[in-house]
Amino acid sequence: MNAAPGQLPRGAIRIEDAVKVYDPDGAAILAVDHCTLNIPAGEICMIVGPSGCGKTTLLNAIAGFHSLSSGAIYLDDQLLCGPGKPQADPGPERIVVFQNGALFPWKTNLENVAFGPIMQGSLSRVEAHDKARAMMADAGLEGVEHNYPGEISSGMRRRVEIVRALMNDPKVLLLDEPYRALDSLTKSVMHEALLEIYYKTKVTIFFITHDLEEAIFLGHRVVIMTSRPCKPKKLLEVDIPHPRNYSVLTTKRFRELMDETLEAVHEEALKAFSLGEKEG
Amino acid sequence: MIRTARNHLSDLKKQLFGQSTARALFSIIVFVLIWELGSKSKDWFGFVTPWLGHVPAPTDVIKVWIGLLTDSSYWQSWVMSFLRVLAGFVTAMVLGIPFGLAIAVSRISYGIIFPSFEVLRPIPPLAWVPAAIIFWPTQELSIIFVTFLGAFYTIVINVLGGARAIDLRYFQVAESMGASKWDVFRRIILPGTLPSIMVGAAVGMGLTWEVVVAAEMISGGGGAVGSSGGGLGFFIWNSYVGGSYEQIIVGMISIGIAGFISSAGLRKLGELCTPWLRKR
Ligand SMILES: Nc1ncnc2c1ncn2[C@@H]1O[C@H](COP(=O)(O)OP(=O)(O)OP(=O)(O)O)[C@@H](O)[C@H]1O
Ligand SMILES: [Mg+2]
Repeated sequence: MNAAPGQLPRGAIRIEDAVKVYDPDGAAILAVDHCTLNIPAGEICMIVGPSGCGKTTLLNAIAGFHSLSSGAIYLDDQLLCGPGKPQADPGPERIVVFQNGALFPWKTNLENVAFGPIMQGSLSRVEAHDKARAMMADAGLEGVEHNYPGEISSGMRRRVEIVRALMNDPKVLLLDEPYRALDSLTKSVMHEALLEIYYKTKVTIFFITHDLEEAIFLGHRVVIMTSRPCKPKKLLEVDIPHPRNYSVLTTKRFRELMDETLEAVHEEALKAFSLGEKEG
Repeated sequence: MIRTARNHLSDLKKQLFGQSTARALFSIIVFVLIWELGSKSKDWFGFVTPWLGHVPAPTDVIKVWIGLLTDSSYWQSWVMSFLRVLAGFVTAMVLGIPFGLAIAVSRISYGIIFPSFEVLRPIPPLAWVPAAIIFWPTQELSIIFVTFLGAFYTIVINVLGGARAIDLRYFQVAESMGASKWDVFRRIILPGTLPSIMVGAAVGMGLTWEVVVAAEMISGGGGAVGSSGGGLGFFIWNSYVGGSYEQIIVGMISIGIAGFISSAGLRKLGELCTPWLRKR
């Protein structure tokens, strides 16, 4: 891995007054409403909120997969999208890991991992494969290099995908419920693996989840979003020091934070539910 | 994951001696027995069975078939039909795949070309036979043209559908990681469409055999191609005209075998081209 331990944090995201309206000439669905959020470089920022509130919408705007209706997003004080440039350009410094995984099924795991640097021309094919092999070995993925993604377990697929993202040397990892489909045992392994990667790279992590335990265990901060349209309702500082391991789950402070989050989330979930009933 | 020769052998044993093989054999043997009894029964039981009596018995068919095995014009029919199927099919692939991809990736070419395509598509290939005979300089080219049509539409529709069904997230990943338009085409669209191409090819291959047999029957009878150059379709027609009912059945079974061989070959090729879909 090229990022030395203790590397300087990087990749501050600043979201200013972001608004996203889907289908402005028709149904005009307001998904994100004047959302302002500051994520300092190297933070693990966990986003929780009711289903359909607009979390993915916000993530897609950061990644550059779609435009903002108004507002601005900055990466390290450089404008990604804003007035005059509604849609950010997708780039290797912001890599998304999707909910159901998006490894190319027709490429072997190694080819998947080596994909980014080859596309960017930053490494030759041989160099990229060497680096991919090394990084996969680092992440405990030895022996599956020449398998196809369809041939390994879903937990392993997630790890391969995160390694593929890291190969691009990103400043920000955008994770959209990456561990949703995993069982809780596999999940806990994934969490510790992700933290290990984080401690090495200090990459900023924007992590959407429905799992409050996951949110508090991993995050420096948990952002609880309102029901649609989404904007931060409550910012929760998780004052449990990093590096963490699974023993913090049983501490009193962890339980307190869980209760605090649960209350806020439940309130919004109820709102979203009754809203859904009205709309449906 | 590592499959040894012994594994393969036991798989083969299972396939050959398994329950389903026993059932298949039973089914075929009973079918042939009923056929034999039915066609011989008027001699055996002393009264005339309504229509089964006109069908030559399997034993007679085999006798005639053995006689034909040393007849070069019978084999010539095989070769001719195979060449026509191959010519029509390969042309359909070579033109159909780029054509389908072109209208899949470009909205403009789709808008301009697809409507005409959709107008021509409902015309059954065999309806083209007279026109093809008039328009093309030789009988051979007319038959190949009609055969080509049989596979072309199916291949185009499958390529188009396959290319459009590729998961949006693959494009987003590729774009984030710096892939150029050409990279996206070569590394996402092409492999992503390959499984559908193979499905289209398999269906198209079946259709070319249907079409070639009919086209040979219709146009081969004109005399220009002659009895040995007429292919298996004309072989059947010729046997009918000549009153050799056994030969008709030999021709029918031959076409069945020819179709089976081409499908099996194509399936093998498809498996080689899409190793990530291999069953484990
Ligand atoms: N392309 C689109 N066109 C119109 N409406 C959309 C589109 N994409 C999403 N929406 C709507 O915008 C709202 C927010 O969607 P989004 O996917 O951002 O929610 P989410 O918070 O990620 O939900 P979940 O937790 O279920 O993943 C939803 O009501 C959704 O129906
Ligand atoms: Mg979502």
